[in-house]
Amino acid sequence: MEIDRYERWFMIATFTFIIGAALALMISVVGHHASLAESAGTINPEDVRTTAPFDAPGLHPSTDPDHDYDLVIIAQTWSWTPEEMVVPVGANVRILATSVDVVHGLKLKDTNANVMVIPGQISEVRDVHFDEAGTYWLFCHEYCGIQHHNMAARVIAE
Amino acid sequence: MTATLDPQSSDAADDVRVGPGWEIDIDGVTREDLAPVRRQLWLALVGLALGALMGIAQAADRADINLYDAFQLESYYQGLTLHGVALAFIFTFCFSNAFLSILGMRAYGRPLNRMLANASLYVAWLGVLLAAWAILANKATVMFTFYAPLEATPAFYFGAVFLVISTWIVFLNLVLTHRQWRAEHEHERIPLLGFVSLMTSLMWFLASLGVAIQVLGFMIPWSLGWVDEIDPQFTRILFWFTGHPIVYFWLLPVYISWYLSLPKLVGGRIYSDGLVRMVFIAFVVLIPVGIHHQFTDPGIPFTSKSVSFILTFFIFFPSTVTAFSIFASLEEGGRANGGTGLIGWIRKLPWGNPAVSGQLLAGIGFMLGGASGLINASFTVNNLVHNTAFIPGHFHLTVGTGVALSIMAICYWLVPYLTGRELWGRRIAVTQTWLWLGGVFIFSRGQMMGGIDSMPRRTQASGSNYFDAQGSTWEWANALTAVGGTVMFVSALLFFMVVIGTVANPIAVTGRQEIPIAEVVHGPRRSWAILDDIKIWAAIAVVLTVVVYGEVIWHYGGLNNVSGGFRVW
Repeated sequence: MEIDRYERWFMIATFTFIIGAALALMISVVGHHASLAESAGTINPEDVRTTAPFDAPGLHPSTDPDHDYDLVIIAQTWSWTPEEMVVPVGANVRILATSVDVVHGLKLKDTNANVMVIPGQISEVRDVHFDEAGTYWLFCHEYCGIQHHNMAARVIAE
Repeated sequence: MTATLDPQSSDAADDVRVGPGWEIDIDGVTREDLAPVRRQLWLALVGLALGALMGIAQAADRADINLYDAFQLESYYQGLTLHGVALAFIFTFCFSNAFLSILGMRAYGRPLNRMLANASLYVAWLGVLLAAWAILANKATVMFTFYAPLEATPAFYFGAVFLVISTWIVFLNLVLTHRQWRAEHEHERIPLLGFVSLMTSLMWFLASLGVAIQVLGFMIPWSLGWVDEIDPQFTRILFWFTGHPIVYFWLLPVYISWYLSLPKLVGGRIYSDGLVRMVFIAFVVLIPVGIHHQFTDPGIPFTSKSVSFILTFFIFFPSTVTAFSIFASLEEGGRANGGTGLIGWIRKLPWGNPAVSGQLLAGIGFMLGGASGLINASFTVNNLVHNTAFIPGHFHLTVGTGVALSIMAICYWLVPYLTGRELWGRRIAVTQTWLWLGGVFIFSRGQMMGGIDSMPRRTQASGSNYFDAQGSTWEWANALTAVGGTVMFVSALLFFMVVIGTVANPIAVTGRQEIPIAEVVHGPRRSWAILDDIKIWAAIAVVLTVVVYGEVIWHYGGLNNVSGGFRVW
């Protein structure tokens, strides 16, 4: 089949780029523990407020050996519980979140935390750090109804 | 290969203005064969118009101006749902229906089955009316992604089903026409134009099965109250199985135009028949990568996400191959027009033809959009931008420009071809194409800078109680979004002015109307015969889908039906 000489080079270059990008990301995952949000199990939305750890939203010593604290958050139309959280600067925090109604999204500004909050699922974000003291905004980033644009909370690192 | 369109045999309403010299380049095609194609195109443009109207309302909202009262809509989100459905489903599906049908006729040199063509049109109309009613009655403010447990009225889901069925009817029509042709040409290569049209249709048929199962198997029974509860995570998996390759379905008709038609318009040729076939095969095989839209979904394990991530990067391959090939065709055309030097040929391209300028500028937007797509596809880097305003910034460059601006450009020859009216307002049309690219650059720049600074997408800026506290980056993001969106809207207005001016043009086209299709330098005889074996590629796509999604579903386990319905808008 006819493939132009330059195009063949171009195809090889593209292919190399793809493999290189895939490798770079694997290195970031394996070498630097870059991670994606994962499931920490399922839960019935109706039972959220009476089931541990969501019966006591907020900051607790972590039940996971790799983390200092668990930040437990409930999403509902159209607010987060708790609406204001205080965390120590520099601590290694694990976020656990779930929804009692529709799909929400958790985006913590100026950190790497970004996860969908889906009814029936417990979302887990590992290795969240608040390196500087100050206010970190937490937005809902999935459309969740008529007041979606007012669904925000704050994490205060001090 | 010339057919005169006999005015005697046509539908009466259009007769009077048909000039005696209007002929088209497909044997045996009558006005009745063209009518359903033309009407599908009109329906597509109704979708574009609705989308543009909602677009200006969203842009105005960023500047604290409320247009929703004027449009008699209840909310920003009702408008945003209409924007998404009108553009992502109605505009794109109906254009594909029209375009693939006319290309199929041209490729196989005969009309398509007229009954099926009309059936596709009516089913599409039915879908549009049901969905439009549901949305305008504020019974379906669920966005075009309709994630459960937001619960729309059943009419909304039926509307989506009928729109998809209209595309399946076109697929069936192409398959039947192909088989008819094959019976007469047993050992010939499939015409390139027929092959790419068929592959586009086949890809979408396979890809749409996910959303078909989601809607027919879960959403409709649930919204009708036959079952009480639904699994929000699992229905998302089904949605995004289709939700990624739906992008191919938006894009591939435009790829057909860029590969086969644009070279003709600039006086160049298609370099390699085989390469074009390979690119379209790649898109069929790479259907099952939808998990990369769900990198931040909790219910999907790391392994499934990793597999999807690597497969996703391979999509970059057919796209860069396409870029190279099309640049080669353009350069040949530019040099044939007397262009010299490394880039001097670019100036010699026929920029004064809006069908050319629109597609070239769309290509520029698409390249930037494709590059920004690598960020979304990149696993952990995606954490920075997932579901932020960066995403609309990205896809207004790809589908909103690469596709939408190309479709507008294609209309500049397709509308005269289908109506027998001379193009009206060529200069306005050229201006329109430049305005669109300028507008989208401003718009996307704004959305992307906001998104990188965590601004969420699908969020009513004007009503928010936290936007004002986020500082100057968000203010700039909103300002640029408003300005860019307004420029795009003005461009859309000019487009409709030209289309209406053309349809109402008293001047008929003269002579034979041709679908611009370029010649191939290295023709099919040099490409591998196996490329034509559509069944093998379909089988590979199915096997890969079963492997990739089999793993996802196996890991997922049983259904987690926990959610009743919510109407919270």
